[in-house]
Amino acid sequence: MTTGRIAKELSPASGVLMQGDEACAEGAIAAGCRFFAGYPITPATEIAEALARRLPQVGGKFIQMEDEIASIAAVIGASVGGAKAMTATSGPGFSLMQENIGYAAMAEIPCVIVDVQRLGPSTGRPTSPSQGDVMQARWGTHGDHPIIVLAPSSVRETFDLTVQAFNFSERYRTPVILLMDEVIGHMRERVILPDPNTIERVERASTTVPPEWYKPFENFPADVPPLVPFGEGYRYHITGLHHDERGYPTARLDEIQPWLERIFRKIESSLSDILLYNKDGIEDAETLVIAYGAAARSARHAVELARERGRKVGFLKLKTLWPFAEEVVEHAAARLHHVVVPEMNLGQLALEVERVVGRHKVRRVNRADGEMIQPAEILAAIEDWELAR
Amino acid sequence: MRRQRRESRVHERYLRHSKKFPNIWCAGCGIGIVLGAIIRAVDGLQLDKDDVAMISGIGCTGRMPVYVDFNTMHTTHGRALAFATGLKMVRPEMKVIVVMGDGDALAIGGNHFIHAARRNIGLTAIVVNNLTYGMTGGQYSPTTPIGALATTAPYGHIEQPFPIAELAVAAGAAFVARSTVYHVRELEKYIARAINVEGFAVVEAVSYCHTTLGRLNRWGTAPEMMRRLKENSVTLKQAESMSEEEKRGKIVRGIFVEQEIPEYTRLYDRIIERAQQRTSLQVETA
Repeated sequence: MTTGRIAKELSPASGVLMQGDEACAEGAIAAGCRFFAGYPITPATEIAEALARRLPQVGGKFIQMEDEIASIAAVIGASVGGAKAMTATSGPGFSLMQENIGYAAMAEIPCVIVDVQRLGPSTGRPTSPSQGDVMQARWGTHGDHPIIVLAPSSVRETFDLTVQAFNFSERYRTPVILLMDEVIGHMRERVILPDPNTIERVERASTTVPPEWYKPFENFPADVPPLVPFGEGYRYHITGLHHDERGYPTARLDEIQPWLERIFRKIESSLSDILLYNKDGIEDAETLVIAYGAAARSARHAVELARERGRKVGFLKLKTLWPFAEEVVEHAAARLHHVVVPEMNLGQLALEVERVVGRHKVRRVNRADGEMIQPAEILAAIEDWELAR
Repeated sequence: MRRQRRESRVHERYLRHSKKFPNIWCAGCGIGIVLGAIIRAVDGLQLDKDDVAMISGIGCTGRMPVYVDFNTMHTTHGRALAFATGLKMVRPEMKVIVVMGDGDALAIGGNHFIHAARRNIGLTAIVVNNLTYGMTGGQYSPTTPIGALATTAPYGHIEQPFPIAELAVAAGAAFVARSTVYHVRELEKYIARAINVEGFAVVEAVSYCHTTLGRLNRWGTAPEMMRRLKENSVTLKQAESMSEEEKRGKIVRGIFVEQEIPEYTRLYDRIIERAQQRTSLQVETA
């Protein structure tokens, strides 16, 4: 496709016309990603194509695996070898990856999984946008586990959040899901990318203890024990079974419970770092709109239209979907009568908003037919609350 | 005697003492024999333990890595080769040994098995073929013989078994050998050669499961099933002069293929060179 031109055109000052998928690939390179394994799928294929070209240029490695299950497995294997690693897919492939995403959560292996959402369920409509994987991103794999999910709503934000996804995955030793959608993935915008030297890159923590003392899953004192790559003299065991601090399988409650508490604690104690969002005009608002991803673009327009008509509307754009920004939403919505939640699904994040602010306060605006939500639909929800009830 | 004493010390140097013994395998199981052969092969090659990774999937054989003092990873069912592919790509200098059972490698992981062979990535795949799913209690696997009873084939098995070694040859592996847990010296030799091969190497170690499939089919105790491996197997050379009828039901042992074909991570290094040359050309012309 057109991705070959990017490298040459990456001139920070003038800006470039770039697709969301390409921005994701460039963000990955900028974050230090040096391994990608994937399988072709619309609308995420362009990420693989861009990285097939870009990764070897920077000494990284790309492989097209035999399916999505193998892709996420290779990504985890590469991360265990010490590389920052990523895969990219869409709904059907994301479904296939779920078991191994759970493995990465269980074994605390940093990795980034990009899901460019398309209309589902099943094969659905591959070239149509959707935000139908919000709950799957949170609970797609079996068992209780923490996860971080980020959702960009522009091409530039895709670049930034891809970098952020890598940083979170390394800092918290966790899989991070970048939940894009077809609109953001395929849309082209003129973007000015940051100077590579100004980008914050989190590198994996190393250890100073000798190999015989090393515990890759140590519960104290830090919540995120360092993960030493294979091949560097620290021979240890990794398993998807419940394990003790050395990584050996265990059935002992006094070993399982502290581990379980720690992997949740490592995320929950760092919400001020992890929760990313933009607040606008919330202080004196009468109505609040909460949106993310492509729907946030329509929402932004609707908010502006409502303000032109003299309404006091606040806008909360979530960039971190999971963990859910409960306290932010609770605080922002406390004084308000209505909260509008537009989503290109039949109400997924709205369930969280309803849980926090109460069902009676929430007005959902949903579309799950493969079309964008129109600003007018959101505006109607902002203005016609009483009527609609 | 002396040899035995020396070998027991070999195991001491490679097994983890910190935890997790005794092992989970039934008394009389062949998996420990394969583990012993791997350890002696690694020791014979004088590899540094830091440079060896052992990756497994799920099942009885999947539990092998936890006992041994390498870089070890017990992954998800069927996916060991895919995990190992990622590791090998970023650590091409490591010797990555992948241990799988027949169900793990050829049912749920069959796709990864043929594609790893096709790609010829430098992994050593050791398949312990006990003809059944032992850990879950004796269901039929892709290598269960026709006619055998299994808990999921109570009226007899009707599916053809996969010949693992022949499948690996057809899929393009650089090295393929088959032996049994009875022929342990031969097995050790094949494993050592497989580890030394540059590309994708497969060793099928035919074993048995006396506690599930063996009991169901009244195939006897572990020693009796071991004797069956001895009596029922022929070398490749012997097989050459046998008719198809004579070969039926026989385990054919030997090296099926050993060829020099370009290994994947080495080829990828050339991709990196090519990409970087082109980039520098572009910069010059710009």
